Amino acid sequence: MNGWSELDEFLRTDPQDVGCAEAMEMMHIYADLVAAGAPVQERYPGFAAHLRACGPCAEDFDGLLAALRDQAK
Amino acid sequence: MEEPTAAGAGLDAESAEWLQALAATGPGREAALERLHGMLVRIARREVARWGPRLRVIGPELEVLAYQAAADALIAITGKLGQLRGESRFTTWAYKFAIFEVSAKIGRHFWRHPAVPLDAEDWDRLPDRFGNRSRARGRVAGHPRRAAPAVDDKLTARQRAVLIAIVLNGVPLDTLVIELASNRNAIYKTLFDARRKLRAALAANGYLPGDSLRSS
Repeated sequence: MNGWSELDEFLRTDPQDVGCAEAMEMMHIYADLVAAGAPVQERYPGFAAHLRACGPCAEDFDGLLAALRDQAK
Repeated sequence: MEEPTAAGAGLDAESAEWLQALAATGPGREAALERLHGMLVRIARREVARWGPRLRVIGPELEVLAYQAAADALIAITGKLGQLRGESRFTTWAYKFAIFEVSAKIGRHFWRHPAVPLDAEDWDRLPDRFGNRSRARGRVAGHPRRAAPAVDDKLTARQRAVLIAIVLNGVPLDTLVIELASNRNAIYKTLFDARRKLRAALAANGYLPGDSLRSS
């Protein structure tokens, strides 16, 4: 491994990526579906692509999902 | 303040009750606001605690941060009641604002107390996701340093500044948002375009495979 494959992964962009604005706008909808066990990646591939790439949105989503799961206990 | 509209008609019963109570006047609304504030404080505390080990902040400051986030979230929620549709529960929608407010305040915290020297460019470390404050960075060996000239040649000054700050210096994206008086979406888009252009340049020079070899 010479580092190029990591750099390649790092630079690749997904054209389906919806961006932060749309991800933040629909995050509660996606979170409810995930909490309910719905197949969200197929339904919202652009949102899933964004979470794979964007640290802050993924972190917020993890927090929201954790809050929902905590509430359900 | 926006008034709830018929768009919320598809809500579940509990969510509809929340909307009705918050749109009312008098003691009923005050009670609903107090209850909602209590829920938001609990969510914000939980989120701050989740972040706690990664922040150089002690107990009382974390508590203040959580209360400030809950108060700001309550303002945002009451101002946007008309935007709630029947696609999620009211509480999930409301919690989202508390999470966002905690994030924004943590970004401001990092801005005031940077953990990474701003001149610490390091081509040997790459984050697994952009603008992430928490995850371990993978280390890569030597060759990708050859990407550095393409950063200068192919990117705009703005793209270069954002890429270097977030990727090489490890500045949190939400902190850069404050630094540049911008927003998360704009910074992410700048970084997205920079990644795309940089990869295309490296592929054109034979360092990386062309897009036709693999789709992502």
